[in-house]
Amino acid sequence: MSQTDATPRKILVLGATSGIAEATCRIWAAEGARLFLVARNAEKLAAVAADLRTRGASFVDTAIADLDDTDKHPALLSHAVNSLTGLDVAYLAHGILGDQAKAEQDFNTAAQIIYTNYMAPVSLLTWLANFCVQRHAGTLAVISSVAGDRGRKSNYLYGSSKAGLSAFLGGLRNRVDREGVTVLAIKPGPVKTSMTSGMKGSEKFADVDKVAQSIVKAIDKRQDVLYVPFQWQPIMFVIRHIPERVFKKLNL
Amino acid sequence: MSTATGTTPELNFRTPDEQFEGQAPFESWGRYPNYDANVVPLHWQSDYPAVASGMHNGVLPVGMGRSYGDVCLLKGGNLLVTTGMNRLIAFDSETGLLTAEAGITLAQILDFAVPRGFFLPVSPGTKYVTLGGAIANDIHGKNHHVAGTFGRHVTQFELVRSDGTRKLCSPTENADFYAATIGGLGLTGVILWAQLRLKPIVSRLIDYEGIQFHGIDEFLDLTRQSQEIEYTVSWIDCASTGKNFARGVFMQGDHSTKRDTLKPSPEPKLVFPFDAPGFALNHLSVSLFNTAFFHKQIHDRVVALQDYEPFFYPLDKVLHWNRMYGKRGLLQFQYVIPWEHAREGTIAILKEVAKSGLASFLAVLKVFGDVPSPGMMSFPKPGITLALDFPIKPDKSFPLFERLADMTLEFGGRLYPAKDAAMTAAQFQTFYPQWQQFARYRDPQLTSSFWERVTGDRPGL
Repeated sequence: MSQTDATPRKILVLGATSGIAEATCRIWAAEGARLFLVARNAEKLAAVAADLRTRGASFVDTAIADLDDTDKHPALLSHAVNSLTGLDVAYLAHGILGDQAKAEQDFNTAAQIIYTNYMAPVSLLTWLANFCVQRHAGTLAVISSVAGDRGRKSNYLYGSSKAGLSAFLGGLRNRVDREGVTVLAIKPGPVKTSMTSGMKGSEKFADVDKVAQSIVKAIDKRQDVLYVPFQWQPIMFVIRHIPERVFKKLNL
Repeated sequence: MSTATGTTPELNFRTPDEQFEGQAPFESWGRYPNYDANVVPLHWQSDYPAVASGMHNGVLPVGMGRSYGDVCLLKGGNLLVTTGMNRLIAFDSETGLLTAEAGITLAQILDFAVPRGFFLPVSPGTKYVTLGGAIANDIHGKNHHVAGTFGRHVTQFELVRSDGTRKLCSPTENADFYAATIGGLGLTGVILWAQLRLKPIVSRLIDYEGIQFHGIDEFLDLTRQSQEIEYTVSWIDCASTGKNFARGVFMQGDHSTKRDTLKPSPEPKLVFPFDAPGFALNHLSVSLFNTAFFHKQIHDRVVALQDYEPFFYPLDKVLHWNRMYGKRGLLQFQYVIPWEHAREGTIAILKEVAKSGLASFLAVLKVFGDVPSPGMMSFPKPGITLALDFPIKPDKSFPLFERLADMTLEFGGRLYPAKDAAMTAAQFQTFYPQWQQFARYRDPQLTSSFWERVTGDRPGL
């Protein structure tokens, strides 16, 4: 909330119609932030933009884009930072889960997952990191996943794309931290979606609004890595350290 | 999309963008009856009807599942959970008109509105209901005698039918669908968004007064004396007989007119952690509770400034308080009896409850005013309303419920579908003789376990 009295933060959101991105943007909107939202679906994007305007965002602009179209990234990003009149935070929240079973049989499906979850963010972050380095300021907050911490048979395509992304973020941070640029890797565990209300056991899942609060806080604190909810940090520590000869027999 | 297997979070690597779909229990607040259904989320206004194309065994839009019985259930059918459709669309701080998607909860509306100096025009006993659910059940609150039902403050909404037709409904446009949808139990179509007229406040506080009463006549006297007060409701002791029969506490309040901070509410921290065993609520524990509640108010009259949260939503402080009733759940019973027989009917029913020895832990008594309800099937009408709940005890609860429903019928009253799990088709059709007229507005794809129970058919499939 430290931002409330200062000039509104300028935030670029890629994948703005995703559940976590939307919940995060609601917090920023209530603070009066300036937002530039990018998503694929015009109708959904308009609904999200209207919501954020109503909640108090001081400025909301949008662009419809398929982020797989990496050729268009430079034009899209420079338009966004012009519209925002600067950039304090770039928030990358887009990604697909993909069809693991299909990807096991079909390379094109696998390649699609890798392209959307890894290649496209690399393209975006290359432009954004250089923009921020020039100004010696800015935060790049990127949603990766706990699934990237270790490959499992149930979703190793998704997991490996996020593993690649996490490694990329680590390297990028190592490069740009000394230039005054923050790189936050966000690794969410299972999040309760709207639809689990009323279901048995669902109260144990993380609430999307609480996840969003943690993300906002981590960005404010210029954190490097965020496991959210925090329990996932020790859980993933254990999972990463299970010996491979045991791990390969598990059903995860 | 991988299939949802189990719900244990340990070693469950579901990613946040995965959704929980498929066969799952969706509980109503009373946890009785309990049916599995195919649960499907709605996140966007464009999701329906596409998401339900090809679905068999009927479809029902639902919200938070806070209705007590089976109006929010569809055994073996498909439930469309609307809570992901919770965006604001517009707010006019001059007029207080708020437009929002139908899955937004009243809690979310309050979080937005209170810091801006606005409040709900009508508040039910919990803020954890959706806007769409509030319309579909045409809910009421402590200000019914001055404000009428929730539906009266809904200026317009958009309905989408299973054939994809969209209807903008207001008192002047598609007025028949407007009337059928308010109190229409979600059966006339999926409400996409609605516009609600909020009212201005300058403080979170309520000028509260609590007054003890002994017997229905004292209650009616207090009611007459408080005509000018916006909110009135009474807790009544249903367990006591003899000189303590029908004792209670009359609670009344107005929004404080003294300017004060309008900060948002803190989040509730208490969660009722487990299902209480079946014996936890018995005649003794309920009598003790009721006696304690009565004497919590040491003096005949207590005047206080109270935050609106405990005044309107005392039970929301403990999430999942319904677990107190154990796995078997609870049965609610709420009638309204018109003035002609309101007094004698209420006394007779209270006597029957006290005689049965079946605990009613929370009993709420209130007078409905004569503001007309806008809905074709709305529950409230002028008279006395009493809401009771019973833990479900096989062989006992249902015969008592049936006697009480029959008595309600004899006194010319009716029961509230949102709180019902047990009325018979014959009783319903006598309570709501307009049901066949209403049925013409029902969407052929939409139905509920309640509707099937009280109309005796599973139509449109």
